[in-house]
Amino acid sequence: MSDPIPADPVLAVDGLSIAFQTRRGLLPAVRDLSFSVGRGEMLAIVGESGCGKSLTALALLGLVPTPGRVTGGAVRLEGRNLLALDEAALRHVRGARISMIFQEPMTALNPVLTVGEQIMEAILEHEPVSRKAARERTLALLERVRIPDPARRFAEYPHRMSGGMRQRVMIAMALAGAPAVLVADEPTTALDVTIQAQILSLIDELRREQGTAVVFITHDLGVVSRYVDRVLVMYAGRKVEERDTRDLFADPFHPYTQGLIAAQPRGLIAAQPRGLAARSQADARLPGVARERLTEIPGTVPALAAMPPGCAFAPRCPLADDLCARTVPPPRPAGSGLVACHHAGESHAI
Amino acid sequence: MLTYLRRSAAQLVFVLLGIALINFFLLHLAPGDAAQVLAGESGAATPEYMEALRRQFGLDQPLYIQFLRYLGNLATFDLGYSFRQSLPVSELILQRLPATLLLMGTAIGFALVAGCSLGFLAARRAGKLTDTVISIVALLFYATPVFWVGIMLIVVFSVILDWLPVGGMTSVEANLSGLALVGDVALHLVLPAVTLGLFYLAIYARLMRAAMLEVYGQDFVRTARAKGVRPRRIAWRHVLRNALLPIVTTLGVQLGSILGGAVLVETVFSWPGLGRLAFSALFQRDLNLLLGILFCSSVVVVLVNIAVDLVYTLLDPRIELG
Repeated sequence: MSDPIPADPVLAVDGLSIAFQTRRGLLPAVRDLSFSVGRGEMLAIVGESGCGKSLTALALLGLVPTPGRVTGGAVRLEGRNLLALDEAALRHVRGARISMIFQEPMTALNPVLTVGEQIMEAILEHEPVSRKAARERTLALLERVRIPDPARRFAEYPHRMSGGMRQRVMIAMALAGAPAVLVADEPTTALDVTIQAQILSLIDELRREQGTAVVFITHDLGVVSRYVDRVLVMYAGRKVEERDTRDLFADPFHPYTQGLIAAQPRGLIAAQPRGLAARSQADARLPGVARERLTEIPGTVPALAAMPPGCAFAPRCPLADDLCARTVPPPRPAGSGLVACHHAGESHAI
Repeated sequence: MLTYLRRSAAQLVFVLLGIALINFFLLHLAPGDAAQVLAGESGAATPEYMEALRRQFGLDQPLYIQFLRYLGNLATFDLGYSFRQSLPVSELILQRLPATLLLMGTAIGFALVAGCSLGFLAARRAGKLTDTVISIVALLFYATPVFWVGIMLIVVFSVILDWLPVGGMTSVEANLSGLALVGDVALHLVLPAVTLGLFYLAIYARLMRAAMLEVYGQDFVRTARAKGVRPRRIAWRHVLRNALLPIVTTLGVQLGSILGGAVLVETVFSWPGLGRLAFSALFQRDLNLLLGILFCSSVVVVLVNIAVDLVYTLLDPRIELG
């Protein structure tokens, strides 16, 4: 079993807490979240809408939008705590050492500037190079993300491009400063399935070649399972499980993770839980077998204002008892990682 | 581009036809005609004299004949004859048009530059003291009647401080020429242009602030911040250009209505422009002159709107003409 914490992490998040400022006080959205990513490593943060994963992604760049604000913890990028930096210092880190791509490539690019200008800007804002040199590098970047005919595309406006092309432009922009960490917030969600695969393998290829660490935010386990090294499962603002990808799919410990995996359409997942894998082999032997219904997790994520005192998943959990309702389960070592559940490991050893 | 211009030219013809029709019949709905006003002013008139006047001006013809005749004249750029001023309408308009265009242009230019700057500043300091002060001042200008602002400015800057002339376009006593004349007109222009401009300035300041703040919430601004772009550059390069689009739209709409504002300001400052001419034409039932002025300003409005469309394409690459 490998160590879940990389020996020399590029990015180390420690006890990060984010809350929304409301009239009735602070409403915690992310609580005491810790994780780290090593050079060239790809970590997925998985969870349902509203679990705080996108907020976490923005916090890594110091971009949490009001009324949200970071209420505690540290985000150490190459040893430096970004949360302690002022806006001016933070600006020099963003786009240079850590950069981000977003979910909606349609709205994430400025409609009145050419894509070339927008990529060049990422270079010119950080490095004292001439416009000519920046242009050369931009063309190389466009080529790098496999945009055909870069010289022509350079002068094109975003609305002339498809969603996949725009996401490639976003990736080129994010890589312009050769950052140590790339944060990808659901970058494939708005794209067609075939384009999704292309964008994913592009990100995977770039991190292998450049050693960029990737934090990949997604609600869809199946999409990333082939590429990521480790998976962090979030539920209602907390980390509930963090494991090496292979282990997680083979033997998920947390009931929520089990539910998430069972809710995935099969075939998309490379490594499947033991039981399911055996069944799919049976399906393959018997053509014409009726497809199984997807299992869904009953209930919904509790609202931020109505968080239960104990385990946030307890109201939806088949294993929940009094203990779960009273106390928040602390994270404990489990296999190649951590799990935060009172009952994990009861059916079999972890 | 050429296709667009050709199509707008074709549209222009129909628009002008519609304008001519509406103007003509609206004005004929008003009671009384030029013959009655003339007769009234001369104190007494026999019905025979009125008949003769009407025959002379073609006012005895059925309305549709009068309209067709009016259209025929328009087609040959003949705007008719002002029987009150005993001058061709086109000559009267051409005499007054430059003064009005100068006033309107200066007022709108002042309002645009100052209003947008204030709005820009307010948006960048949103929620701070600067923003509050700008918003309150803009609201004040917006809510104060134009003629009252004009009179107050005269009282302060002309009467009390004696910095600027009370009214008119040039100094009567001096016979200036060349650069001195330009300076003299500019001095006379300050108060009326500021008076007319303040109201529009308030609109642009409020609009600019709102548009900027809306653009600040867009995803691409977040992208720019994520790339580490300086806040100043984000404001100028990413936000401003996108925020200018609603400004241009409003500008197009307002250039049409500003003639209405010009009537008041020209009256207060005795500025020899089209607004005052229209005002007196209305009261003197000088139908030909009034029609001519309305028609001319309609043409200006239509042309301005075409220009606005063209400016759009410069600002926003997503909009394509054709």
